[in-house]
Amino acid sequence: MSEACTSRELMIYTISRLLKGVRHVAVGQSSPMPAAGAMLLRALNERDGRERVQVSILGSVKHNSFTGGAEELFDCAAQGRLDAFFLGGGQIDGQGNVNLVGTGDYPNNPVRWPGSFGSAYLYFLVPRVILFREEHSLRSLVERVDFVSAPGVTDETVYRRGGPHALLTNAALFSFEREAGRFRLQSTHRGYDWRDIRATTGFAYDNEQCEATTPMPDETTLALIRGRIREELRECYPQFAGNMPGPG
Amino acid sequence: MTDFVTPQKMAEMIPSGCKLGLAPDDYAAAPGLVRMLIDRRIRDLHVVCAPIGGMQVDMLIGAGAVATLETSAVSLGEAGGAPCFSRAVRDGSIRLRDATCPAVFAGLTAAEKGVPFMPIRGIIGSDVLEKRDDWKVTSNPFDDSEKIVVVSAIQPDIALFHAPEADRFGNVRLGRRREVMLLAHASKKAFVTVERISDVSLLEDEKMAAGVLPAIYVSAVAQLKNGGWPTGLYAEYPRDGQEVEKYARAARSPEGFQTYIQGSRSAA
Repeated sequence: MSEACTSRELMIYTISRLLKGVRHVAVGQSSPMPAAGAMLLRALNERDGRERVQVSILGSVKHNSFTGGAEELFDCAAQGRLDAFFLGGGQIDGQGNVNLVGTGDYPNNPVRWPGSFGSAYLYFLVPRVILFREEHSLRSLVERVDFVSAPGVTDETVYRRGGPHALLTNAALFSFEREAGRFRLQSTHRGYDWRDIRATTGFAYDNEQCEATTPMPDETTLALIRGRIREELRECYPQFAGNMPGPG
Repeated sequence: MTDFVTPQKMAEMIPSGCKLGLAPDDYAAAPGLVRMLIDRRIRDLHVVCAPIGGMQVDMLIGAGAVATLETSAVSLGEAGGAPCFSRAVRDGSIRLRDATCPAVFAGLTAAEKGVPFMPIRGIIGSDVLEKRDDWKVTSNPFDDSEKIVVVSAIQPDIALFHAPEADRFGNVRLGRRREVMLLAHASKKAFVTVERISDVSLLEDEKMAAGVLPAIYVSAVAQLKNGGWPTGLYAEYPRDGQEVEKYARAARSPEGFQTYIQGSRSAA
């Protein structure tokens, strides 16, 4: 028996499940786990003879075929050529609003994060935006964000074909119901139950007493993560890859 | 005409108070020349990050060189948050113009095309829009029922970046890094540090020519080997992760930042 599946490996596997069926997925800067999940989907599809997945990792030379510069990602999104993307967020609230700027009052935020990146745009245009936040806590999952980098829902006067699809943390998986503008608990990860999630989530959501457990990867999928995916990650995320379990 | 100058001379040619366009880390950032700007105590810069900033921007802020910062993010990548940037935000010592990446590109595209603004999807309902007096919501002139954002043109006085190669005529090879091409097109002048200077025109090889910024846009070239250290140069050399980590740790305090700047020289 190999070493048990780690929390990060479960999240990588879950990301690959959330991406099932996409033709083109892009991953932004500083996002090793989303990058790994996208690479895993590509590898699993290759293995199983399913459709080829285009993976565009920003910052990569090898895993990025854009020749039009960094603008090309945004142009692709606007034309509907991009099916999935990831957003993090120092704070995420119950309406799917994302804050990548900081806590407290703008502009002199006492805690300042890097900034909004492409979120305020891509959230409107990419059909499947997966919110990924490793930390599941009352300070990261809040009732109302202090700053809206990108809004979760929009009225009909604004062009919008994209938005939140799911929210994945180190403890649980939620789906987002666009009509209602609310999250729904889909499953809790091994080691957590619905009470843990209720106690550490700062916003209201549906299906609170969810008993489902997030599926774990099988042995061959785990071996793929620890082999090929770990190697593919090294180019852009050497430190992250170095800390993953694997041979050598 | 492109001037061929020393890096020191190039640093002197960038005046305090100018609007300076910079490329992202790992692509075409010019930390080598930025260190020289800090050494000559440049001040009051309006820095435009095209579209995000990293270590070179954090160093400029730490050195007190930045008055206004226009950016979609500032981050040290795997080394974490940008310490001088976070401190300056808290202190209120820089004027912030938070953006989102494609809006920066739209503003630069407007400047490139010589038009006053550019429409762009999304953004409506975000606080990013609320805080920008140079972005507006208008209706689609062809369909009144649709709202759309327009951003005003962004025209830096000087674009500064590092590239693998120039030729002796002033053409600069950027390859796939076309957002740097856009930055150069949009700016009044482009100043470029390069690893190498070729005797043969880069425009002679048809296979390469589409990735070359013509000398028309290039005001000055300076050879500065390793000018992308420590954050890296796209497809040439990777970032020196240990050095960026070292910076990230040192810059947690203003004193640590000063010690880092005094104790380390650029590798160029």
